[in-house]
Amino acid sequence: MSKFTFNNISYTCSENETVLDVLLAHEVAVPSSCRSGLCQTCMMQAVKGTPPGAAQKGLKDTLKAQNYFLACCCHPDEDLELALPDTQTARVRATVSNIEKLSSDIVGVSLQCEQPLDYKSGQFINLFGENSLARSYSLASVPAKDQHLTLHVRKVPDGRMSSWIHHELSSGDSVEISLPVGDCFYTPGNAAQPLLLIGTGSGLAPLYGIARDAIAQGHTGPIRLYHGSTNVDGLYLDKTLRQLTRQHENFSYMPCVSDEPVEQQDIASGHVLDVALQEHAKLAGWRVFLCGNPNMVKAAKKKTFLMGAAMKDIHADAFLPSA
Amino acid sequence: MNQTLFQKLGGEAAVDAAVDIFYRKVLSDDRISGFFDDVDMEKQAAKQKSFLTMAFGGPNNYTGADMRRGHAHLVQRGLNDSHFDAVVENLAATLSDLNVAKEHIAEVAALCETTRNDVLGK
Repeated sequence: MSKFTFNNISYTCSENETVLDVLLAHEVAVPSSCRSGLCQTCMMQAVKGTPPGAAQKGLKDTLKAQNYFLACCCHPDEDLELALPDTQTARVRATVSNIEKLSSDIVGVSLQCEQPLDYKSGQFINLFGENSLARSYSLASVPAKDQHLTLHVRKVPDGRMSSWIHHELSSGDSVEISLPVGDCFYTPGNAAQPLLLIGTGSGLAPLYGIARDAIAQGHTGPIRLYHGSTNVDGLYLDKTLRQLTRQHENFSYMPCVSDEPVEQQDIASGHVLDVALQEHAKLAGWRVFLCGNPNMVKAAKKKTFLMGAAMKDIHADAFLPSA
Repeated sequence: MNQTLFQKLGGEAAVDAAVDIFYRKVLSDDRISGFFDDVDMEKQAAKQKSFLTMAFGGPNNYTGADMRRGHAHLVQRGLNDSHFDAVVENLAATLSDLNVAKEHIAEVAALCETTRNDVLGK
């Protein structure tokens, strides 16, 4: 049993509760999303006391040193005084420069940061909306090529954040975002290694960023991108990616549709993972990137590993749902 | 810790070389793969690595109590001697793939054997 203070109110945390559990039980408005210690939207700072190491997993060293921690995995072992991250060190202000409809349920959001943001394509940021709402979105833009940050936001049924972005957010609005998070990105150093990228839905956003980042960094090996959607309308970057195929000999793109008949010769019928793995029986030596639907990502991690990809070469970002 | 065996096998580099091969064999083995259906692969790979380090005679902090606690939920699901044998068999096959001498493989198997009762909660 331990105590913590937030906004001058004291709370008791029993052994089985996290700081986030306690705050939400008291209806205290703090941001949270995945509740699995991954998305970092629930990051808080201990201004007095030291948070347990287990609640700091995955945070940057600079943030750890300032006693930042994740409320969703924090079982305090001493009394703490807490604050939300201050805007100076952990958040960045940005202006919406464009919102563009990409398909019936996906929009592309471009953001201009007040200060340049050091990020890698495929990492994600947390976007903070109204009423302490925050959600994670992957970065589809490439630092060396694109002036703005780009996110692809799918309208989630009953999703409060995505509704707000789709229906209320508009160009010129100012928003707060977190520093970039995540380790699903391209690293230079093995330019000839073949890359296999498999994504569903808006899981294409990080993969589109990673593929173009690899090209920008002079990757010479094959880059094979597979995008899965339930219907043809969801192949929202089809035109752009076909153009990229024509521009770069080592890049290829295969759209896959799982839930409706397809007549076009250049669209594969079936689940994206099945299609991709049918065409790549052996993956020893490949680098693999997997993004989107958590079930697909989980299955794909195992299958690509069993087909020979080394564990260290499999990079994944499962998009965990939250309304 | 068995410094000589660990060195003879090639130390940490040998563990790194073996972990993917071993884990791939385990996941592909129908006798035992079911125990791994719900695990997080990265976390499991890290556990496999510490297991291999121990089995290779390397530095480790495993205690019998850890082994019991760590496998109790699997024993409840039916983990028994045949599964333990299958794991040791996969480990031996891994080392064989890596051209480790038979006598060293036997030493590794003997080290694994010392954990059997704790792992199976006997």
